[in-house]
Amino acid sequence: MSGKVGQTPSQTLGPYFAIRIATLDEWRLPLPEGAERIVITGKVLDSDDDPVGDAMVETWQANPAGRYNHPDDQRDLELVEEFSGFARAKTEFETGEYRIETVKPGAVPDPEGEPQAPHISVIVQARGMLNPVFTRLYFSDEPEANEHDLVMQRVPKDRRHTVIAELVSGSDPVEYRFDIKLQGENETVFFDV
Amino acid sequence: MSKMIIRHYGPRAYPDHPPFDYPAYKSTIKRNPRQDLLSIVETLTESTGPGPVWTEIVGEDADLTTNAGTSGQAIGERIIVTGQVLDENGNGIPNTVLEIWQANAAGRYVHWRETNLNAPLDPNFIGVGQCITDEDGTYRFTTVKPGPYPWGNHPNAWRPAHIHFSLFGNSLGSRLVTQMYFEGDPLLALDPIYNSPPEHSRTRMVAKYDHDVTQEAWATGWRWDIVLRGEESMVEVAE
Repeated sequence: MSGKVGQTPSQTLGPYFAIRIATLDEWRLPLPEGAERIVITGKVLDSDDDPVGDAMVETWQANPAGRYNHPDDQRDLELVEEFSGFARAKTEFETGEYRIETVKPGAVPDPEGEPQAPHISVIVQARGMLNPVFTRLYFSDEPEANEHDLVMQRVPKDRRHTVIAELVSGSDPVEYRFDIKLQGENETVFFDV
Repeated sequence: MSKMIIRHYGPRAYPDHPPFDYPAYKSTIKRNPRQDLLSIVETLTESTGPGPVWTEIVGEDADLTTNAGTSGQAIGERIIVTGQVLDENGNGIPNTVLEIWQANAAGRYVHWRETNLNAPLDPNFIGVGQCITDEDGTYRFTTVKPGPYPWGNHPNAWRPAHIHFSLFGNSLGSRLVTQMYFEGDPLLALDPIYNSPPEHSRTRMVAKYDHDVTQEAWATGWRWDIVLRGEESMVEVAE
């Protein structure tokens, strides 16, 4: 079904979005009271496993109570006003590494009312990408919740590892690694969002 | 009242957007996913998004001719760029942020990776700004017209003058990053990025000169509407 007026086409972010990012500081979300800090790090990689050094990684997530800071979410769960749930990071030019400091989201129900596994939505754009790609980040220390997650169940088993961030053992603050592979072997699962 | 609203939008209009794989723009070659996108069960995660809360955070900074904070005026052809942010039903989207970034009038960005070093910097121009739509979805920037600039995609390649726009809309799926071009630019026909969407939709990225927007003895006016994905097919309210 198409609307009355056509969507404006997508175009690449180009190499210079950093001039925008430099005016803001969005990679670290505020820490809600009583919540534990987690750090998401990883690389954005191209088909040759070379670093994509000019990507933008954006994340959207619920707060620790499982509520989104959005007018459509009016459930009786704690809303942490200062926790927007949105973070944005650039990748480092030499390494393709990004870093986001946030908290683990609480579970959000699926359309059948069952809890989804804790997850963070991720949008990746870069020079050389004419459209954004959307994926989800799940957590390696939630194997049971991941197994029962409605969206995860649609991901072929041999590709599920591409959407699971790996807990770095002994890390303090708790760190999860989440590489994003744009093309080729171990290509990240991207969703039609 | 405890409830959540799940809006189901029509699809991203893939036939109107560029393909992921577009070899004429060389940088796409190693960066386009080859696997099919996986369909998703739309949940509250996808029907919400950072748009509304982001608007509260970022505030307005819509005059790029003065926002370098130097108390000087940016050099170049002063322009007003205005239009509406619309959903696919043609309804204005109020209170949403547009972020823009662009080259200066000489075709140079304020960025360490800039390669167009033959072009001068302008100390009174940083090339970034944001504004928030009013209740009709109307936005309005004052800036200078960006210059075209050379790039390395092919011999004697020049990007047409353009302004980068970034919008969130109300849901994750309405995210849009695009570029606005200027009507009548002879470089459009030669630019692989502009030509990456199909012919029927690429003209939606072109701003038109509008004499009603032009302000006497001050700035010329350009009009450009932006349409985000967002035709609601069904709204579910769950207690």
